[in-house]
Amino acid sequence: MSLRIVVAVKYVPDATGDRHFADDLTTDRDAVDGLLSELDEYAVEQALQIAEAADDAEITVLTVGPADAKDALRKALSMGADKAVHVEDDALHGTDVMGTSLVLAKAIEHAGFDLVVTGMASTDGTAGVVPALLAERLGIPQVTLLSEVAVSGGKVTGRRDGDAASEQVEASLPALVSVTDQSGEARYPSFKGIMAAKKKPVEALDLSDLGIDAADVGLAGAWTAVQEAAARPARSAGTIVKDEGEGGKQLAAFLAEHKFI
Amino acid sequence: MPPAAKASPSGPPPFDPYDPLGLDDLLSDEDRAVRDTVRRWAAERVLPHVAGWYERGELPVIRELARELGAIGALGMPLTGYGCAGASAVQYGLACLELEAADSGIRSLVSVQGSLAMYAIHRYGSEEQRQQWLPRMAAGEVIGCFGLTEPDHGSDPAAMRTRARKDGSDWVLDGRKMWITNGSVAGVAVVWAQTDEGIRGFAVPTDTPGFSAPEIHHKWSLRASVTSELVLDGVRLPADAVLPGVSGLRGPLSCLSHARYGIVWGAMGAARASFEAALDYARSREQFGKPIGGFQLTQAKLADMAVELHKGILLAHHLGRRMDAGRLRAEQISFGKLNNVREAIDICRTARTILGANGISLEYPVMRHATNLESVLTYEGTVEMHQLVLGKALTGLDAFRG
Ligand SMILES: Cc1cc2nc3c(=O)[nH]c(=O)nc-3n(C[C@H](O)[C@H](O)[C@H](O)COP(=O)(O)OP(=O)(O)OC[C@H]3O[C@@H](n4cnc5c(N)ncnc54)[C@H](O)[C@@H]3O)c2cc1C
Ligand SMILES: Cc1cc2nc3c(=O)[nH]c(=O)nc-3n(C[C@H](O)[C@H](O)[C@H](O)COP(=O)(O)OP(=O)(O)OC[C@H]3O[C@@H](n4cnc5c(N)ncnc54)[C@H](O)[C@@H]3O)c2cc1C
Repeated sequence: MSLRIVVAVKYVPDATGDRHFADDLTTDRDAVDGLLSELDEYAVEQALQIAEAADDAEITVLTVGPADAKDALRKALSMGADKAVHVEDDALHGTDVMGTSLVLAKAIEHAGFDLVVTGMASTDGTAGVVPALLAERLGIPQVTLLSEVAVSGGKVTGRRDGDAASEQVEASLPALVSVTDQSGEARYPSFKGIMAAKKKPVEALDLSDLGIDAADVGLAGAWTAVQEAAARPARSAGTIVKDEGEGGKQLAAFLAEHKFI
Repeated sequence: MPPAAKASPSGPPPFDPYDPLGLDDLLSDEDRAVRDTVRRWAAERVLPHVAGWYERGELPVIRELARELGAIGALGMPLTGYGCAGASAVQYGLACLELEAADSGIRSLVSVQGSLAMYAIHRYGSEEQRQQWLPRMAAGEVIGCFGLTEPDHGSDPAAMRTRARKDGSDWVLDGRKMWITNGSVAGVAVVWAQTDEGIRGFAVPTDTPGFSAPEIHHKWSLRASVTSELVLDGVRLPADAVLPGVSGLRGPLSCLSHARYGIVWGAMGAARASFEAALDYARSREQFGKPIGGFQLTQAKLADMAVELHKGILLAHHLGRRMDAGRLRAEQISFGKLNNVREAIDICRTARTILGANGISLEYPVMRHATNLESVLTYEGTVEMHQLVLGKALTGLDAFRG
């Protein structure tokens, strides 16, 4: 039987652009181009490798986001995913992690799955909690932050690297994994992949298709509210350590104070 | 939706110093995706190392690079079937531009593989020859070269002396080819030779006895590229090694036309890299108390460079659209090659002056591009040859032979 893999991919504002908040304190999406979150490229890559190792597998990439989020799906399809689901609805504007995970969970159930693969965090919101919330909502085991992952015999196994030790973890399918930026470089979309992506199906869904009440999502449905947002103050001048024999110690003290070591 | 249109829904989008004419609007989403793949590959795999390769005059990782280029689909990119990507001419051009923005040597590797060796086999080879070579060449597992030029015959290949004679059903090749890109690393050489039936092409496996390809060193241009001599001493080939689809000079010339088309784009890549280096430098380098970009003389240089650079890209795009529509003539490719390589080398030289002493350093790309383009100016038809092609097309008078 075919192994059904769903990869959740987020469309994020380009971090090299000039990002701003809109008046309602959500991200101003018009101000800057978006792209597939770089950390989610690792998730797509791992899904592709799992699919290549399996006899028969099908990869669906899923995004919740505005119209332009199709670009992120296109990129994942040109890397080699088979089909895509795009959840788009005006009522989603301002949705928090609770709402996002709700919508993702419904869409994943809609698509059908044996394995869900996510990134370790988005590169914009960087909450890093969507994978755990998703697994809870789907009622499946979660093995998160893997730097190595493989599927065989109805199980997903992987390695999680901690500061002091590496853990070998496993879960029986259906399950959710999130993968880190140490899991292996994402491939380049090949030209054939780019051309083929045009013809791959992208299913568009809105909240009513998923049976979600608009009141549970969006700014109004959010469990948290952004009260205020201010640009980071300009960098102040650095500290100059004058080496009079104690320079090394002072440097170490500075780094320790700022929790770099 | 083109990204530029996004920034300001009312009125024209803001001025982009890197795309002053907004030529990005001419591209489709797929075109951009192709360009981004090549740009990222070159940024990660070529740019960090190319100055070192250039300084040492070697391309030690050519086989890895070929495989990676094969994996993304850059080899035989506009060809169809046999593992080729089947991309449009515009997409192929964009790839050439991005590759040459890294180094002309890398673009040459791809041009020779795809537009010369693979194109010749694809267009003029038998079905067996295509099956035998193209899938492995598209994957970068087998590198190809294209042997036309000889020590004594360059611009006038019709006078070539390499001969193929029939011996029973076999062919036996004798002669020398010179300045052959990829020669020493090739698994197959497409060699053009005189026969009793005119000039014919042969797919020569490079492990055939009598074939050797010593590398040419002591070059001051295309140093990150393998250039070789081909020595053919009684190279015995079976009857089916000849490319059945063509005889006469038309065969190699049509391949050259295809490769030249890629150069029309590629040269603008070298020019773009040099222009951007000069622009960035002019904005930050200060003399006489202000950035050198603030002096009128520097601005005149930058403005003229930008004008020629983007005119050249526009011309390349125009030719690409004609090629995709099946309406591109060889004279038009000559037009493009003549203009774009000549202007590109001028842009690189001007960029060199803006960088002052740093301009001659390998830490900046401009001198490397400028010296590379000396080869590009000569191969695939010298400036003079393209002037003669256009001159003949304009006047109807053939000036090739005095
Ligand atoms: C500037 C800013 C401020 C915000 N402030 C708040 C706030 O105060 N409180 C709050 O609750 N939310 C806030 N959000 C949240 C926004 O709702 C989250 O971006 C979103 O819920 C997902 O969380 P995340 O991006 O942090 O995901 P993470 O948990 O970091 O993402 C992990 C993985 O989940 C998957 N994933 C996440 N989002 C999507 C998606 N849309 N489609 C498909 N896959 C996805 C990806 O695989 C990703 O790698 C803010 C967002 C921004 C950009
Ligand atoms: C780095 C490099 C890689 C190359 N790779 C390949 C390859 O892969 N395969 C291959 O087959 N060749 C290759 N070449 C060879 C290249 O195509 C030739 O050098 C080119 O065709 C010019 O030939 P030539 O050098 O013999 O010059 P010549 O033909 O001797 O020309 C010398 C000069 O005389 C001028 N000239 C000649 N005839 C006329 C005329 N009738 N009127 C006016 N001016 C004239 C020319 O324009 C030129 O300025 C390569 C060359 C270089 C430098």
